[in-house]
Amino acid sequence: MKAATATAIKPPADFAVEKIRADFPALHQKVHGRPLVYLDNAASAQKPQAVIDAISDYYRRDHANVHRGVHTLSQRATDAYEGAREKVRAWINAASSCECIYVSGATEGVNLVAQAYARPRLKSGDEIVATISEHHSNIVPWQMVCEQTGAVLRAIPVQDNGELDLRAAAELIGGRTRIVAFGHISNALGTVNPVAELTAMARAAGAVTVVDGAQAMPHLRVDVRALDCDFYTFSGHKMYGPTGSGILYGKEALLDSMAPYRGGGEMIKSVSFAGTVYHDLPHKFEAGTPFIAGAVGLGATVDYLGGIGMEQVAAHESAVLDYALARAADTPGLTVIGRPRQRAAILSFTMDGVHPHDIGTVLDHEGVAVRTGHHCAQPLMQRFGIAATARASFGMYNTRAEVDALFAAVGKVREMF
Amino acid sequence: MSHLRELYQEVIFDHNRNPHNFGKLPNPDRTVHGHNPLCGDQLTLYLQVDADGAIRDIAFDGHGCAISVASASIMTDLVKGASAAEALLWFDKFHAMVTGGGDGGGGEGMEKLAVLGGVRQYPMRVKCATLPWHTLQAALRGGGATVSTE
Ligand SMILES: Cc1ncc(COP(=O)(O)O)c(C=O)c1O
Repeated sequence: MKAATATAIKPPADFAVEKIRADFPALHQKVHGRPLVYLDNAASAQKPQAVIDAISDYYRRDHANVHRGVHTLSQRATDAYEGAREKVRAWINAASSCECIYVSGATEGVNLVAQAYARPRLKSGDEIVATISEHHSNIVPWQMVCEQTGAVLRAIPVQDNGELDLRAAAELIGGRTRIVAFGHISNALGTVNPVAELTAMARAAGAVTVVDGAQAMPHLRVDVRALDCDFYTFSGHKMYGPTGSGILYGKEALLDSMAPYRGGGEMIKSVSFAGTVYHDLPHKFEAGTPFIAGAVGLGATVDYLGGIGMEQVAAHESAVLDYALARAADTPGLTVIGRPRQRAAILSFTMDGVHPHDIGTVLDHEGVAVRTGHHCAQPLMQRFGIAATARASFGMYNTRAEVDALFAAVGKVREMF
Repeated sequence: MSHLRELYQEVIFDHNRNPHNFGKLPNPDRTVHGHNPLCGDQLTLYLQVDADGAIRDIAFDGHGCAISVASASIMTDLVKGASAAEALLWFDKFHAMVTGGGDGGGGEGMEKLAVLGGVRQYPMRVKCATLPWHTLQAALRGGGATVSTE
């Protein structure tokens, strides 16, 4: 490799990446005879043994339904379920654990706000402002609300460097705006969006903010009170936790003012045919038997991340990302999409004359797992005039050597095409 | 690399670099748009069709991976001049080949399609190979102006 720039970038010395890799069983396998290089973390991250153990211990020992029985196992399951909620509360610095609603992931989080907060409140002429870089899960639920209420969805554009156009945002967010919905980090480009600035604009306009934190949680320590957003949602599986787990954080006064969006058991205080009294927060939004093992696994995930420290994770990932960007700059015919100044460890690229799908298949044969396609962000792809990209997304366990493996595989693509 | 070479045979690269029948037809009788929502591949087929349903001329444009472009290139070569019934029969055989294996029952024309047989090892890529055919089927059956592989 010829890049002086690339070799000058060193990871922080105190980050024991090999020790972390040892915690993740799935990383230690071969794919097509090559050591797996897992660079599809933005789609879903692998799980540490501690999370796998927490889930299996729960099922082996403590499982029963929650909030229902007087017997010992039900008490243990309830303690584990509510204990995990408290762990998440502390992790994101929510004021109260009743502000942390268990959901199946960011998708359900946005849908819950759309249906339980926005739908009853919005009317014709109101506006919802999102961004063009949103994941479809932060677009479609708002389009549905618009159809239901007559409100209008508008989109903050993205500049050529992949950053939001804040000047346009300031013009879009105004007197008609009721909701401003945006991702903390773009899953397609890795751009870290200025949450505080957007939140301030929304507040000044009297609008409520909904932040999709699905891509932020694996990379940063999120403090919902410091961000001062009204709602914040994320998926457990992208932060090394179980699929099907997730959290919707909402300010207590807002959540309190909302009616439940699903009815059933667990969410009531009393039911009669004359009328039903809903349970208090957070249970009023958790109808039915919840994904108890997922909650337990999410709690274990937060413990695991706490033991490592997100500052260390961020420093390590940023070194790996810088190295990858330098290698990319040295690769003729390869274009990285977007050059945001603040970027999480996500790298979307295209190669001249090769479709991303073909890149993905050849890389897979070299053991390198990347995502190819539109990344559920079609409006953003259209903005950049492309149908698809190949995306390498790094996690805390990825190494410089794996970046080298990625670019060696990219070289194979070049040879073939 | 063996499976990979089976998927990406030299012929596929040739078609990908210089696709046959690429472009628009001046006065198409039918224009149908095909879309694979999974990967964003887009393809438009232009057909001139005789009164008896035979495909007098056919062309395509759009963007897609090497597999879908090669498949469209080979398909348009094959079905040009064929009757609708012949074309639909080829689709059936082709579909059987890329999903099941074998040569789809063989027969005239199947040797040209056989270069795409490697796709059967890649379930995620089958839709790339069949997108042009799904689009053709819609054009011949006079269905909607847009088809999707999903
Ligand atoms: C930015 C972003 N938001 C939302 C989602 C949806 O997450 P999930 O499918 O876990 O609900 C994803 C991931 O797919 C994402 O990357």
